[in-house]
Amino acid sequence: MKVVVNFDLCESNAVCMGIAPEVFEVRDDDFLYVLQENPPEDLRDKVTEAARRCPKQAITIED
Amino acid sequence: MSTVAVVGASLAGLAAADTLRQGGHDGTIVVVDRSARLPVDRPPLSKQLLAGEWEPERAHQPLANKVGDLGLDLRLGVSATALEVGSRTLTLSDGSSLAADAVVLAMGAAPRRLPGPPLAGVHVVRDLDDCLALRADLEVGPSRVAVIGAGFIGAEVAATCRGRGLEVSMIEAAPAPMVRVLPGEIGGFVADLHRDQGVDVRLGVGVEGLVDDGAGRVAGVRMADGTVIDAGVVVVGIGVVPEVDWLDGSGLVLDNGVRCDETCLAAPGVVAAGDVASWPNPLFGEVMRVEQWEHGIEMGEAAGRRVLAGLADEWRGPGDPFPAVPWFWSDQYDRKIQMAGRPAATDEAVLVEGTIEERRFAVAFRRGDRCTGVLAVNRPRHAIQARMKLQASLDWAPIAEMFGV
Ligand SMILES: Cc1cc2nc3c(=O)[nH]c(=O)nc-3n(C[C@H](O)[C@H](O)[C@H](O)COP(=O)(O)OP(=O)(O)OC[C@H]3O[C@@H](n4cnc5c(N)ncnc54)[C@H](O)[C@@H]3O)c2cc1C
Ligand code: SF4
Repeated sequence: MKVVVNFDLCESNAVCMGIAPEVFEVRDDDFLYVLQENPPEDLRDKVTEAARRCPKQAITIED
Repeated sequence: MSTVAVVGASLAGLAAADTLRQGGHDGTIVVVDRSARLPVDRPPLSKQLLAGEWEPERAHQPLANKVGDLGLDLRLGVSATALEVGSRTLTLSDGSSLAADAVVLAMGAAPRRLPGPPLAGVHVVRDLDDCLALRADLEVGPSRVAVIGAGFIGAEVAATCRGRGLEVSMIEAAPAPMVRVLPGEIGGFVADLHRDQGVDVRLGVGVEGLVDDGAGRVAGVRMADGTVIDAGVVVVGIGVVPEVDWLDGSGLVLDNGVRCDETCLAAPGVVAAGDVASWPNPLFGEVMRVEQWEHGIEMGEAAGRRVLAGLADEWRGPGDPFPAVPWFWSDQYDRKIQMAGRPAATDEAVLVEGTIEERRFAVAFRRGDRCTGVLAVNRPRHAIQARMKLQASLDWAPIAEMFGV
């Protein structure tokens, strides 16, 4: 699984971080950092949920 | 196989339908919506779409791409006009009726309007057509836009109009903007933010009526103090009313929307979710109706789970309660305002990060040994982390510890 964030859309509201803190982190500089671009399979549900909940629809999951 | 009928194909209705499918419901799901097209995502209607930065295709709701895979009987352009609760039978505007094993009510809310005859140039912002009509009027370049009501949609529309270089007046009867979601005086920073951007902010003053230019078009706003604000476009943002008129006489309790129990159940086999539903939130011990994006999804999902449980036990079991920490964001200029929780004006506001002056701060609201909410301005991480703590419990101590106060 590969996580891709469209940073043109992302507005750093940290919704994804609330759901999958293992993968997404909004730091003090207010930018979103993807901690693992290829997270393990057992995080798929959380990452899928984060993608769905992102109000900007900025997260996509490839394969 | 059982049939579930969903009224409203927006956030709450589609989240319920999705949850039903995820939970293994393989019967029919009929989804009706009055709108002729699948409703768009609403937050961009007062932001990117109104600004002209986005085109409508981009403002799709999160489940829009998935709708085709859910195997729904989607009936667009069809309204529900009556519900017989005992037999769970809907009457539809196309003349048909629909008997279901469960009904999900997710009709959202409609904007309040000012009394009086309709005038050209007066707008509300709820759906795509509203937004595009307002946008077209803004493109003409009115001398001034008057926004009546500084709730969160009014304040966003004011910011977006200002961002388009227009002169803007924002009028609010309450002493501060966004009082419904930002309790007490704390919303004062929103007024200052708008003033700094050159908006003419009028607080604590009512509106008497609109000025007609004599040809059926608005020319301004007459204030209760006798003054007149000349404006070629007026946006009315004075709140919304739940879409429940068609349920009058159905026997459902209609009290600030469709009144549900703790489990989203309004009557056996009938659930409600989203902007239209009020329910006793067990986490807060208060009856709430929440008009916020994520809440639409979360309560829609909870309502979907309630239907799955009810279909399995023929509505005999108690069902799972739906505890929620409401959360919303609002974008105004370069500020992101987020609130987790639902504080009251009587709660103590404790500044826990930053300063109000620099408009980058977090405030936690305290009621005895509980934290009822955290407001974060340009501090998204704090809002979300506080929300996660509040979801576990409303205790003040973990919040105080998190912020080191
Ligand atoms: C301009 C705007 C900006 C917003 N910005 C934000 C934001 O920044 N952050 C935030 O948290 N929230 C925001 N919100 C709030 C959020 O969009 C709503 O809370 C959310 O849309 C509620 O979803 P819902 O499914 O309950 O209802 P709705 O989205 O209102 O959908 C209800 C649907 O039911 C249909 N319907 C109604 N009656 C009937 C009937 N009798 N028969 C058939 N169909 C019917 C309607 O056509 C509609 O499509 C905003 C809202 C607006 C209007
Ligand atoms: S939820 Fe979406 S918009 Fe928010 S920080 Fe994550 S990717 Fe960005």
